[in-house]
Amino acid sequence: MSRLVTMVQLSLHEALRRRILGAALLGALAFLALYVTGFHFVARELSRHGPASILQRRLVLNFFTLAGLYATNFLGALSAVLLPLDTLSGEIASGVIQTVAARPVRRTEILLGKWLAYWLIAVAYLLTVAGGVLAIARGLGGFQIPNPALGLALMMLEVTCLVSLSIAGGARLTTVTNGVVAFSLYGLAFIGGWIEQVGALANNVAARNVGTIASLLVPTESMWQLAAHLMQPPLMAQLHVTPFSPASVPSPAMVAWAAGWTVVVLAIGVRQFSRREL
Amino acid sequence: MSGAVVQVRGLRKRFGATLAVADLSLSLGPGEIFGFLGPNGAGKTTAIKMLLGLVRPSAGGGRLLGAPLGDRATRARVGFLPEHFRFQEWLTGRELLRFHGRLLGLGAGALSGRIAALLARVDLTHAADRRLATYSKGMVQRIGLAAALLNEPALVILDEPTSGLDPIGRLLVRDILRELKQRGVTVFLNSHLLGEVEQTCDRVAFLNHGRIVLEHALGADRSGVEVEVRADGIDGEALAALGRIGGVTRTADGLVVRLPDAERVPEVARCLVTRGARLRHLALVHTSLEALFMQVMGDEARPG
Repeated sequence: MSRLVTMVQLSLHEALRRRILGAALLGALAFLALYVTGFHFVARELSRHGPASILQRRLVLNFFTLAGLYATNFLGALSAVLLPLDTLSGEIASGVIQTVAARPVRRTEILLGKWLAYWLIAVAYLLTVAGGVLAIARGLGGFQIPNPALGLALMMLEVTCLVSLSIAGGARLTTVTNGVVAFSLYGLAFIGGWIEQVGALANNVAARNVGTIASLLVPTESMWQLAAHLMQPPLMAQLHVTPFSPASVPSPAMVAWAAGWTVVVLAIGVRQFSRREL
Repeated sequence: MSGAVVQVRGLRKRFGATLAVADLSLSLGPGEIFGFLGPNGAGKTTAIKMLLGLVRPSAGGGRLLGAPLGDRATRARVGFLPEHFRFQEWLTGRELLRFHGRLLGLGAGALSGRIAALLARVDLTHAADRRLATYSKGMVQRIGLAAALLNEPALVILDEPTSGLDPIGRLLVRDILRELKQRGVTVFLNSHLLGEVEQTCDRVAFLNHGRIVLEHALGADRSGVEVEVRADGIDGEALAALGRIGGVTRTADGLVVRLPDAERVPEVARCLVTRGARLRHLALVHTSLEALFMQVMGDEARPG
């Protein structure tokens, strides 16, 4: 256990020293600065154009808040893939890992230590940006989304899936190949999610099934769809007036599937790394 | 052989169509400095990786410090400096040693003292808090050596520890190897610098095509010398007298006399002169490790 903690500390130290944390923080601040500026203008326009109906006002604020969270979710996904992309594959390629693996440490501890460190960073990044978006929406627009904790938990699960995918891929693949594979799978889930939504709106069973299969293969997009559904007032969610209102809401069983998927991906990564010739 | 520090038999490693190590059997005793020699691609590094559990053997097996190869707990008693000595270059020298010390399970108190002593030993105290990215190649190698010695290991495996070091750095490594030997530590040394090996090792093994082609005890070789003799008028009586001093071998242009030590060389001269032979040439023959290497590896070791 102490060696696992040592690996977590080393990986956090690595993220700090290699300016990964600094770059992530700077990116988050830049995004929030832009978002607060945009929200300021939206709130000002809503006030300037007189007494819009409560529904109209909520519609606009809901859209802009969900847009912020959608961008946050995308940035979180990118960070979850990119931040840990070379932490394992890079050390394997350079030979640095040999000096570590020759110590009395389990390879499982090396992999899980890195995973835990980058999961903490990716989740902290997500919560910082999402927390900023929600605080801006509340502070400037007086708007609060429903179920924020549940929604953020689902976004965290998506980030967890992707950190696991990136770390596990690094156990076997080179850094570039790992990046290509991880983003391809993320893209597959993304487009699959949209096919499912279009299929649901058009009542096309085949399209829905294609999307569902894609979500089962990579459940990241379905976590966002479910989070977006839960983080909107029920009326807005039912009206499907924004692109963030899923026509086909993923089942809660999908959450269990995503959690199980993460465990299986990590287990495959551990197995691959344990058997890998260094 | 139950006291062997390293004991492997029939070790074999195949990577796809490439046979990296064909059949490796060797045994190292406590306190022995063992040189592992061979041309590039002979399988030396793969053999070391199998000893450390970084690579799984395709066949064969063995024991390290009494435990099966790859045993995790045993690695706490082994020090290792890899071939290209690549470390996390964003760490400082002190941080690198602390990280390895914690992986070894060393307590914070003992570790601080050990780190300070090792930094002083490898002459890096002044650079301890600089990042490894700013170290020269020699400095990285010395910090790697310090990391390999953190746990006061019973076995130290060094893969090319002096490549890239200046003469002072090489002297430092040589001194450390002697200190290790005095403490009874076994050293497994893979090096291309045959002169270095000759000065430090007790025994060497020549590896070629993944197979040991010759084991050679350097200690025993140092205790005996060969003398090349060219003289006219050597009769049977003189030859018989020489035979009583040492082993005599005829060569194309003279004799080679094998003596137990260099102190007996004047006896060879006296023996010939007193029996009427006209001595034209008498010289100690020194077969360097390099010459032996070329002899063992044959023409294929020569470039071009």
